[in-house]
Order: sequence, then structure tokens, then C-alpha cells
Amino acid sequence: MVAVLFCITLISSAGVGLVNMITVEPIAEAKQKAVNDAVLAVLPAFDNKEITDLEIDAMPIKVYTATAEGKTVGYAVESMTKSGFNGVVKLMVGFAPSGEVLNVNVIQQAETPGLGTKMCDEGNPLISSIKGQNLEQKKLVNGVLAVTKDGGDIDALTAATISSRAYVDAVNRAYMAYKSVTTGTEPTDVATGASTVEHTQKGGNNE
Amino acid sequence: MNKLSIILKGIIKENPTFVLVLGMCPTLGTTTSAENGFGMGVATMAVLIMSNFVISLIKNLIPDKVRIPAFIVVIASFVTIIQMLMEAYVPSLYASLGVFIPLIVVNCIILGRAEAFASKNGPLDSILDGVGIGLGFTLSLTVIGAVRELLGSGSIFGFSFGIADYMPLVFVLAPGAFLVLGYLMALFNKFAKK
Repeated sequence: MVAVLFCITLISSAGVGLVNMITVEPIAEAKQKAVNDAVLAVLPAFDNKEITDLEIDAMPIKVYTATAEGKTVGYAVESMTKSGFNGVVKLMVGFAPSGEVLNVNVIQQAETPGLGTKMCDEGNPLISSIKGQNLEQKKLVNGVLAVTKDGGDIDALTAATISSRAYVDAVNRAYMAYKSVTTGTEPTDVATGASTVEHTQKGGNNE
Repeated sequence: MNKLSIILKGIIKENPTFVLVLGMCPTLGTTTSAENGFGMGVATMAVLIMSNFVISLIKNLIPDKVRIPAFIVVIASFVTIIQMLMEAYVPSLYASLGVFIPLIVVNCIILGRAEAFASKNGPLDSILDGVGIGLGFTLSLTVIGAVRELLGSGSIFGFSFGIADYMPLVFVLAPGAFLVLGYLMALFNKFAKK
């Protein structure tokens, strides 16, 4: 009895192991391709990119500095948050060298279909609130972007406030990473540094 | 038993969702749209056919006392293999269905068919039973998903009618799943019993 069960588990695990050996490379390639496609989607044409690895709030953030003929054409930040409705949401946020948000591409999410998944749609309220704008000019709450419900000026998705907050959270982290790469400071300095407080004031007055 | 009737009984007389009422967790959880329901149904069908086939082959080797753990090991291995193959070769499908795949392991339909059918019948009949029950499950999930998608977000298979703002959102959420399932089950049994 025990022997039979042992044999079955042995054969099954050997099968799983074999398939894992075969698929481990294609899986890595597919993931890499998804990331590359996301970089291409948020930046203008480029011929070279450089990767900077950062860690903000114990989450890995990658910054791709894209150059064309030696000139920087933009920064794509692979950012994430753990506060989505169903856990992790990963975004690729493209910044122009001047600081404007070029585009945002959702790489990974498991939000409620029909509600939170609208964050992937073209021209949804979240992306419309930040696209083509410099985030420093936005209304900041405690130094970060926020949805209108929390006193900020990012329009949330209808009936998906938690997903919207997660999205904004990931964009904030992307901006910290972008700032840290362009200014050469530690990422956390951007969030708590004195300069951000100043921007907060400015943003509030502009309203 | 007639081969065709094995397939047909899975769709109507022993429909896993509306008659056997098995596998309610994935049924309620994944049917937020017709496409999701369809994908979940097809993935379950693939696992069901393979696990039924293998279990009918090894049924005489497995002592009665350890048959449940043995079945679960076989099913879980197939699910893991399908998940890895999907992630490697069809990443776009994996992106939309990936979170549901592990749910198949705990789907009682698969264990139920292994226990009730595959462990008592030959390989060919077991494959046909997997096809029949799988089709029944896929059809039921697609119908539930289509109804919920239409009522909740005003579209079918992602094709929007532009009426999303006027539709009751609740049908996309969990309470709507129970409502739609209940009414469809009542309708199905009213007509199927005749």
C-alpha cells in the first residue's frame, strides 16, 4: 500500500520536474518579452536601455533608462504595489526626461474583472489624470499623489477605489524611483525630503 | 453503455454545475465574464480528460485505502504541468487565466469523476466521460459568465453594447454570482426534468 503510493508520488514528481526543466527557459523568455513590450509601449523609440535596480518599501523597482543615439529619450520604471484588491499590481510607467508621464502600462494585476481591471483600459480616468503631466504639478497629499476621495486630484475608477489607490501607490513609487535615478539620491529621500514638502505647498496653491 | 450517451449525460442528465452541483468555488469565482467562464471550463476539461484516462489505467494497481491521496497526486501533477506549459507557450492566455489554474486541483468535479466513473470503467469510456462532463462544465460556466457579464457590465465576450453605466454592477460581484447561479439552476432543472 505504502509502496504503491510512494511509486505514484515518485512518478508524478518526476513528470512535474521534467516539464519544469523543459519550460523554465521559455517561461523566463516570455516574462522578459512581456517586460520589454511594456517598456516599448511607454517610451518613444530608443536603441539602447540601461537597467537600474532599486528597492523601495522592500519592493524591487527597476528603472530602464532609454537612450537613442547617446541621448536620453525617457525613463521606464517597472513599479509595483502590494495593496491591490487581490494583491500585487505591477505597472510600467514611462517618464520623459523633462519629468512628464508619457504613458502607463499595467503589466500584472488580479483585480475584480469589470471593475478594477478597467485600470488596463486605454484612456481610463486614472491614466487621464496623470498622462502628459509633471507629477510635481499635481495636488499632493503628505507628499504623494492621491485619489480625489483621499484629498488628491487623481480621478478614481468607478466603484474601484481600492484598485485606484493601489494604482496611484505604484505610480508614486515609480516617481520616487525616477527621481532617485535622475537626481542620484536615495529613493526614500524623495518621499520624505524637504524639497517634496515645498512641492506640496506649491501644488496646493495652484489649486 | 452507448459511447454517445456517455458524452451527452455529462451535458444534461449529469450536468456538473446545474445537476450534480459540484465545483461551486470555481463556478462562482471565475464566471465574472463569458470569456473567463469559458477559459476555466476548457482548462478543467483538459485536466479532467487526462486524469480520468490515467486513473482508469492505474485503477487496479491502487489499493482501496490510499486511492484518494493517489488520485489527488495524479490530478495535482497534471494541473501543475498544464500551468507550466501554458505559462511557457501561451503567456497571453496564462495572463488572463493563470490565477484560476491552481483552483482546478480543488475542483471536486475532477476528484468526483475519478472516484465515481474512472475507477470503475475502462480508459476509453473514462475519456468520453471526461469530455462529456468537461463540455457540460464549460457550457454552464460560459452561460453563467455571459449572463453576469451582460447584466453587470453590459457586454458579452468583451463586446460592449455601450450600456455599462446603466447596468447593476452587483452581478459582476459575488452576490450576483449566487443570484445568477440560483436562477439558472432553477431554469435548467425545470426544462431538463421534463
